Amino acid sequence: MKEENFPDPHHDASNNAIFGFWIYLMTDFILFATLFATYAVLKNATFGGPSARELFNLPNVLIQTLILSTSSLTCGLAMLSVPMNDKKKLLGWYGVTFLLGVAFLFFVWSDFSHLIQSGNGWTRNAFLSAYFTLIGTHALHIVLGLFFMAIILHQVWHWGLIPATQRRLTCLSMFWFFSYIIWIFMYTIVYLIGVV
Amino acid sequence: MQTQQGVDRGNLKAYLITYLLSLAFIFGAFYFNTRPLFITAFGLVQAWIQLYTFLNLGKETKPRWNLMAFLFTLMVTFILVVGSIWIMYNLNYNLMGHD
Repeated sequence: MKEENFPDPHHDASNNAIFGFWIYLMTDFILFATLFATYAVLKNATFGGPSARELFNLPNVLIQTLILSTSSLTCGLAMLSVPMNDKKKLLGWYGVTFLLGVAFLFFVWSDFSHLIQSGNGWTRNAFLSAYFTLIGTHALHIVLGLFFMAIILHQVWHWGLIPATQRRLTCLSMFWFFSYIIWIFMYTIVYLIGVV
Repeated sequence: MQTQQGVDRGNLKAYLITYLLSLAFIFGAFYFNTRPLFITAFGLVQAWIQLYTFLNLGKETKPRWNLMAFLFTLMVTFILVVGSIWIMYNLNYNLMGHD
């Protein structure tokens, strides 16, 4: 067969970097899988303390979910302005994404502080340890994503949409979309199924 | 800019449709919050459409390395989660002291 029947998409370094980032996201997925497995195993180990049903505040979780899914859309809208070379629009939509990320963290923080103040911190039982580790690791991803975003946007501000910043923006958007996809499993399994 | 997935970067219409569908699945899951089957189905479908639209999973041409890596990850995830629950359930059962 002829050579052109086997196109090689990895012909330039930028594509390799993005594929490498995809592999990183897959390993992150496995990290979350281990934390989900831990949570599933320890869910009923409440040591006489309150269960998931008595602790979780679903309206708060709905607000967090709406904020993060909207930030996923605004991140997508920002990325649509890359091929148009529209730096202003890109920075604007990423600005909205950043603020939504901060708002999400505020609600997670309020959930956590409420639990800790009512005596249900991570030291109380194995269930709460697993819960704080799982949700906390996701929140940490959002924090790192915000730092990542601030750095890349600073670079775009100075250098514009050159190939290097475009590649980094692609990785950043993948990270942000991925964080929301992990959150889908969080609200579905930890909160909704946990409370059923 | 050509992404690894190589097909398209997505478009406004696809993004808005995905967002509206996601909202429908979110409200659906919170509304039917007494039925685990509905909640799980809504979550899985939403995760899939998000992966398709925003991360372009399933849009690339051969060789589909992104998809391969994803499927391998799913397999590892399955072994980890189901294996852990299975083993711990059995340990629990065997420690209950029945004859």
